Amino acid sequence: MIQFVLLISRQGKVRLTKWYSPYTQKERAKAIREISSSVLSRGAKLCNIVEWKDKRVVYKRYASLYFCMCIDPSDNELATLETIHHFVEILDRYFGNVCELDLIFNFHKAYFILDEVLMAGELQESSKKSVARVIAAQDQLVESAKEQQGSISNIIKQATQG
Amino acid sequence: MAAALISAQVGWGSSKEFLDLVKQIGECRSKAEEDKIVLGEIELLKKKMAEPDVPKKKMKEYVIRLVYVEMLGHNASFGYIHAVKMTHEHSLAAKKTGYLATSLFLDDSHDLIILIVNTIQQDLKSDNYLVVCAALTAVCKLINAETIPAVLNQVAELLHHPKELVRRKAVMALHRFYQRSPSTVSHLMPRFRQVLCDKDPSVMSAALCGLYELIVADAAPYKNLVASFVSILKQVAEHRLPKTYDYHKTPAPFIQIKLLKILALLGVADKAASENMYSVLADVLRKSDTGATIGNAILYEGIATIAAIYPNPKLLQQSAQVTSRFLKSESHNLRYMGIDALGRIVKINADFAAEHQLAVIDCLEDPDETLKRKTLELLFKMTKPANVEVIVERMIGYMRTVTDAHSKGTIAGKVIELAERFAPTNEWFILTMNQVFALAGDLVKPKAAHDLMRLIAEGNGEEDEASDTQLRSLAVDSYLDLLEAPKLPALLLQVICWVLGEYGTADGKHSATAIVTSLCDLADRYSEDTTVRGYAVSAIQKVCAFQVAAGRPAPVTPEVRSFLDALCMSRSTDLQQRAYELQALLGLGTDAVGSALPEDASCEDIEVDESLSFLGAFVAAARTAGAKPYISENERLGLPPTTDLATLLGPSGPRPATPPSHSLRFEAYETPTIPARNMTPPEQPNYGAGDLMHVEAARGSAASGAPEASGRGQTGGPPKLGLRLDGVQKKWGRSTYTSAPSTSAASTSASSSSAPPSAPVSSAPREEARPTPYVSDRRPREPEVSEEKKKLAASLFGGGAATTSRGGGKAAPRPATKTKLAEGGRAGTPTKSTPVPQPEVNLLDFGSDSEAPSSAAPTPAADPFKQLEGLSVSTPAPPSTEPSPAVAAAAKPAFDLASLYAGPTQPGSVVGGVSSNRPTSPVPGLTNTGPGLAGNGRPNSVSPVVNKAQQAQKAGIVPQNPDIFHDLLG
Repeated sequence: MIQFVLLISRQGKVRLTKWYSPYTQKERAKAIREISSSVLSRGAKLCNIVEWKDKRVVYKRYASLYFCMCIDPSDNELATLETIHHFVEILDRYFGNVCELDLIFNFHKAYFILDEVLMAGELQESSKKSVARVIAAQDQLVESAKEQQGSISNIIKQATQG
Repeated sequence: MAAALISAQVGWGSSKEFLDLVKQIGECRSKAEEDKIVLGEIELLKKKMAEPDVPKKKMKEYVIRLVYVEMLGHNASFGYIHAVKMTHEHSLAAKKTGYLATSLFLDDSHDLIILIVNTIQQDLKSDNYLVVCAALTAVCKLINAETIPAVLNQVAELLHHPKELVRRKAVMALHRFYQRSPSTVSHLMPRFRQVLCDKDPSVMSAALCGLYELIVADAAPYKNLVASFVSILKQVAEHRLPKTYDYHKTPAPFIQIKLLKILALLGVADKAASENMYSVLADVLRKSDTGATIGNAILYEGIATIAAIYPNPKLLQQSAQVTSRFLKSESHNLRYMGIDALGRIVKINADFAAEHQLAVIDCLEDPDETLKRKTLELLFKMTKPANVEVIVERMIGYMRTVTDAHSKGTIAGKVIELAERFAPTNEWFILTMNQVFALAGDLVKPKAAHDLMRLIAEGNGEEDEASDTQLRSLAVDSYLDLLEAPKLPALLLQVICWVLGEYGTADGKHSATAIVTSLCDLADRYSEDTTVRGYAVSAIQKVCAFQVAAGRPAPVTPEVRSFLDALCMSRSTDLQQRAYELQALLGLGTDAVGSALPEDASCEDIEVDESLSFLGAFVAAARTAGAKPYISENERLGLPPTTDLATLLGPSGPRPATPPSHSLRFEAYETPTIPARNMTPPEQPNYGAGDLMHVEAARGSAASGAPEASGRGQTGGPPKLGLRLDGVQKKWGRSTYTSAPSTSAASTSASSSSAPPSAPVSSAPREEARPTPYVSDRRPREPEVSEEKKKLAASLFGGGAATTSRGGGKAAPRPATKTKLAEGGRAGTPTKSTPVPQPEVNLLDFGSDSEAPSSAAPTPAADPFKQLEGLSVSTPAPPSTEPSPAVAAAAKPAFDLASLYAGPTQPGSVVGGVSSNRPTSPVPGLTNTGPGLAGNGRPNSVSPVVNKAQQAQKAGIVPQNPDIFHDLLG
């Protein structure tokens, strides 16, 4: 099971964290510190796996962002690597050529997408299309709600003016 | 331009403020600058969120900003409540944001969770499936074991929801519930099987997660699913699933991997199940060999499965080929997986490693830390007696380079394990251990140190005394050398002290004075560590004892004297006591010392007569002379006896090693109904499991004397119950109530009448010095508390000892008369034990008794031992303590009978069945009366139960069985 997901920039700034097991605020800060220092210092050719406590951290770098997932020893490291890639592909599809800025300004959307990809620390959907469909449905609903709200307020405005 | 770009990227209309904040943070040069900005933002948010009537849209943005602040590592707890409130909103966007924020902020143990349960319940019923999904996602994070029942039914209903998305999330939520608290959802587990047949593949794959977890717990009930799993895997591998599940042209790889994991669990050591899998595994290996990463992930999982199930040579060969491709790869990731796969295959057939030797060495030399460590792990698995030296050398070499404490500790543990299992020579072993301790210091687990001590004490298990002796003297030599080092880890120091104490003088190479001097020196150097000093004092004590016992003068140099004097005034009560004990020991005769601390006896078992039966006569005598019977603490405090019983039965657990009372309890009290029920039918002791157990069952063969005894005393024959006390006395630290009267101490005192006060005391530290497992579960505070309480009790009630049994418990008068009857029949004893109520002895000052034995204390204490000699026959008595003829004669009848059962009563099986199970009994636990009886004879702790024992013994019943007390009490 995936214990937590971390997105760190090359400068060590946290872009997204999602914890699937209980960690206290202190433990979280410590984990982020330790993992970012060991991941950021690794050379490009070394393997994408770091041991951390009795767990493993699988990470992959995309441009200036490091995507890290902490997994149990019984998990498959290569599959986790591909889970990261799967997530990135979905982000890419959603944002259209995703870049760090997208995640900085729309981190809550990244969270929503992550919630569709992973749940309770497990990969829940391996079909990219259906993730995209759910997210689109949510966005649509929000949009339509907004429009509705807009029209109602328009009506009120008109009513008060009239 | 930048602003235009940003506003183009912002989807949900975040405000300018937020954009500026993010931009500022992005442009920060230092952490301090960032912190300043964030703190400013926190202040701003605090103010804004507290305003009345914040528009919903604004509030949503504030909550998102709060998430941002918290993500940067700052405390945003002031706004949690707003996030929780936001989940109540009707609009989906706000609700989703609320759920997102709460599940990021809160853990399932947070107080605010209770506020969100109702909202979740509402949302699970919503007819908008997106709302249901949002609630299900939150459920996974926020619902804890206690709140599971509140939502469980709704989640279970959602398994039939028309939307596959909802079904899938419901399955995942159920899986999460199972992880949290398996018992609450156990009745829903068959649902996972049903869901496996769901028409939607994503729901099926979600069920696999839950099934995997269930099969990890217990594979047996799921064996019949092997065929289904195999067929699913076959279909997936043959590309039968919709194209949308493809990942880089590989058909549903994550489902395949999950299935392979499950098959691995189901096929372990199960030939029939494994045979069903062979063909599909071969298929999967062939089809996944695409060279893509995801293909390799499946290949690796396939190898893991093949190595786990009942072996098939052809598949293993295939796996070995794949593994060698991994190992030869340029990619570090593949080599890493290759090493791991090799480790799995090698477990089945070590020959596979041969051809990869060079590749493995390459990985070991690789600069990549992760790869190196993985390779060491492989080597650890491959270690044999032949290669242990090389591998351990490598591991120690690696340990030198590691800085991180956790991995250092792990590697140290592995090195120790290898050294213990495969050590070629004793010398190598000791040196390796020294190196590990020196490098890893205090990261080594205490268990490792205790194992080391045990190994030195017990030898290598073979009947080879010579090599054991050699091992010990090697250890002593190397430790004396080590002591030169400027700083040693505490754990190693403890080992050193212990070994020097036990074996320092054993081979005669080192003089006792030299050893004692270096121990003193050590204790001085590490003056801040009381544990180490305690070990040192005990070691000195042992060395002295061995010298005295051998008839040589104790090696007490002036330095040692002054050292001890200083310790007697130490602030640590533990050290104080040890010092006093040592001083007391030095004042004793050769025989007493020899039997108190016999040489090289650390592996012998210590027998303890937990029922304190040898004190019976003393107690009886005190009672006849007018002492008050023991009154339970609660009665003294005016509480109803039921509560008392409840407290006694209270600490439940599989191995209750705590003394029943006089200590703080941290568990919740049981519901009072159980003891209350006991009150009404006195002959029906149906207590909850707890501490109580059927004594017969516990005692095993030792109980063979019981039926006879109970037949005499009792008509009813209810199932005998007793407090489980095995292990109670096995605590270290100061002599507690139960630890004092060990039978070896009893027999010692029988032979030399001056010994009794000191013998029980000195037996405690010997126990503690043992490297046996119970050493670790020490609770040093506990005895102090109980001593305090005893003191309090003594000062409250002790003065009333002279005034005869007035105001005792309900049952007090009856036993008192009976005792008199019993005493009347006995010759000699009552006269001796005059009820001299000892003046209040300072209970904490253990040494004073033995230093200046008061005239009253030893006399009554000595006698009971003689009378009840028979009770402790089962113990292997120390050689020097032949029972005197008089004693033997006095104890003759009991002795004979007892010897009949001596066979079954193996050392260690002495179980103190204390007759605390009668609600009417005023004596809830005999154990409460320990040192009071042994040490300073406070008559107020006299127990009528013991008097019963007296009576029973008089009647010719073998008092070997403490149950008798219980029977006679009726």
